[in-house]
Amino acid sequence: MSLTAAQKFHAYANPARFMALSDRLLAPLWALTLLTLGAGLWFALFNSPPDYQQGETVRIMYVHVPSAWLAMLGYSVMALASAVALIFRHPLADVAAKSAAPIGAAFTFLALATGSLWGKPMWGTWWEWDARMTSVLVLFFLYLGYMALWATIEDPLRAARAAAVLALAGAINIPVIRYSVVWWNTLHQPASVFRMDGPTIAPAMLLPLGLMAAGFTLLFFTLHLVRMRAEIMRRRVRNLRLARADEGEA
Amino acid sequence: MRRAFLALVARDIRLAAGIGGGGGMAVFFFLTVVAIVPLGVGPDRPVLELLAPGMLWVGLLLASLLTLDRMFQADVEDGSFDLLSMGPLPLELVAVAKSLAHWVVTGLPLVIAAPVLGILLNLPPETMPWLMLAMLVGTPALSFIGAVGAALTVGVRRGGLLASLLVLPFYVPVLIFGVGAVEAAAVGFEGQAARQALLFLGAITLAAIAIGPLGAAAALRAILR
Repeated sequence: MSLTAAQKFHAYANPARFMALSDRLLAPLWALTLLTLGAGLWFALFNSPPDYQQGETVRIMYVHVPSAWLAMLGYSVMALASAVALIFRHPLADVAAKSAAPIGAAFTFLALATGSLWGKPMWGTWWEWDARMTSVLVLFFLYLGYMALWATIEDPLRAARAAAVLALAGAINIPVIRYSVVWWNTLHQPASVFRMDGPTIAPAMLLPLGLMAAGFTLLFFTLHLVRMRAEIMRRRVRNLRLARADEGEA
Repeated sequence: MRRAFLALVARDIRLAAGIGGGGGMAVFFFLTVVAIVPLGVGPDRPVLELLAPGMLWVGLLLASLLTLDRMFQADVEDGSFDLLSMGPLPLELVAVAKSLAHWVVTGLPLVIAAPVLGILLNLPPETMPWLMLAMLVGTPALSFIGAVGAALTVGVRRGGLLASLLVLPFYVPVLIFGVGAVEAAAVGFEGQAARQALLFLGAITLAAIAIGPLGAAAALRAILR
């Protein structure tokens, strides 16, 4: 029996089915993640040329740039899942949105921290209030606010809808981050990989960067799956507790 | 529908002006925040002049955050929100009316008070009109963006702090262009840069007026159902 796309979409609304599938997926995903990250790290640290101007500090890029990408991807996943949760009421969507937030926040922090470490030797300052950095800092605050909202509203259904509205409102910031280096004349350099006229970065650096980006992305989705499973189990525990409290009263 | 809208705006303004409404609180808070700046950084006049636009804007932001949490909360608590949600106005227009009333009650008095506080901070007199203009253009955005935060935290006990956390990141562009307009006016250049910042500020306000009520209504529906 084959399912149409719409039927599949709803079939995985059943948490038991999702748990069974994700259980089988996790081990290969972890293996693939570690493999890609390992290869990426080896190329990034040992088997790529130092920059002719920046020297060895250019290796910070292999952590900084993928972190920054994942910070934005994390928010996009969160906003997309929030939209699906609001429009289709898919029960897994708000689990997905909630689980993406802390991972995205961690990558955002990583991007800010490595950027700061890289900025000191290159620009001579730990921090500069330019458009790119300010908008990423705002992204970090948006993640924190989103998590704070989840933490304050006790009923998961209500919290999910409120948080979804907030996530969608904050999505305005994503294009601002993407184009901040174009719209404003900033200290941060403009994009050098995803360009209309092809990447301007040396090919020898493109391979480790690509591997690291793939590894970070795999890590994101693996962790996301782990967190989604944890969230589903947390809700089960909550329901069991509530049911027991009801029985105790009766 | 227009009558219902105007009646709601008038009601909110009257409630805020009456006893127990706390209408003047924001201005008083603004005054105290600005007044402690010279005590903190020292009364050095050139330093104060440098800090003045930024401190005035930060004070304005904090003062308008302070009054945000009551925008919907009071009505939800005493049940008048149930009447509003059953009335002729869609929730989006209720949110517009509430934001408008919030601006009249807090935003406008803050703008009027700002030049007086500017004197305390040694702001040059020739930048005063720019400051007032920038604040007049920018403050509606604060009320209309703030409505989303107020709606999101409507069911939360002591939601004021959470609302501030949620809303502040969205206030950043208003702050940047608001201060930008005043500082550019202080430098000169025949007001070219200042005019550009003002246009940005106006764009942000218009976007906030268009999007904010939709978000606030969606949040109210999500939380109160």
